[in-house]
Amino acid sequence: MFRRQAGRYVATFAVDEVRVLRKVASEVVGLLTDGFDHTDPVVGRLFPAVYPQDAPGTAEFRRYTEGDLKTAKIDQAGAILAALPDEAGGEVRLDAEAAEAWLRALNDARLAMGVRLEIKDGTDLGEELDDAVAEDPASSRVFQLSVYAYLGYLQESLLNALID
Amino acid sequence: MGGMAAPQVAPVETSATDEVPAADQQWVTIVWDDPVNLMTYVTWVFQKLFGYSRERAEQLMLDVHHKGRAVVSTGARERMEHDASQLHAYGLWATVDKS
Repeated sequence: MFRRQAGRYVATFAVDEVRVLRKVASEVVGLLTDGFDHTDPVVGRLFPAVYPQDAPGTAEFRRYTEGDLKTAKIDQAGAILAALPDEAGGEVRLDAEAAEAWLRALNDARLAMGVRLEIKDGTDLGEELDDAVAEDPASSRVFQLSVYAYLGYLQESLLNALID
Repeated sequence: MGGMAAPQVAPVETSATDEVPAADQQWVTIVWDDPVNLMTYVTWVFQKLFGYSRERAEQLMLDVHHKGRAVVSTGARERMEHDASQLHAYGLWATVDKS
């Protein structure tokens, strides 16, 4: 988890955490590049219709803004990939700019996972995890829910370090 | 945050607004509730993007959370579209509408 240290935002990650962060950041990049598809609900959440009742107005808005928005989101996911240690665990030290990019990228990853996991208002993550474990402890849903929860803690720790 | 209702913008009354010259028309940027964004994050984004005080940003966040939506900025249409695209960059669910 992140803490503030001499004007930097510092966290130490175990090798498994590095792998997970690399995976989720790469998945976001994939979603925004080769896999970009407006009919994918995740893309719909990351690029919401600005005029829900006006498809031509929304299309016009997208024509002018979507390229930049996509680039910004790819860059912020790239900031995670760039700061992670290579194959082992290790320390990540972020300046304020990189910390904000991480914050936005962690949020994008959580939004994407939240859509896939069908996180709703009032979803109790602990209960969801218990249910998923009871069904099959080795399932992908158990892993995805754990990662989603982990990213939330990580984002909150970084936010708290930035605000303090 | 609270409910995950899809954005449903009420049909705009055209009779009254038609009399206002397009350039003077007031538009609003609306942020909708979603179940993923952290409350502290939403407050931070409002402070960061709009320069709102902690108190005002927190109140807006709570409005989004409890009422399902809140108007976060008001002004010319181009300005509101700019605000919405900034909010999208931060992952908030923002739309633009006539005020």
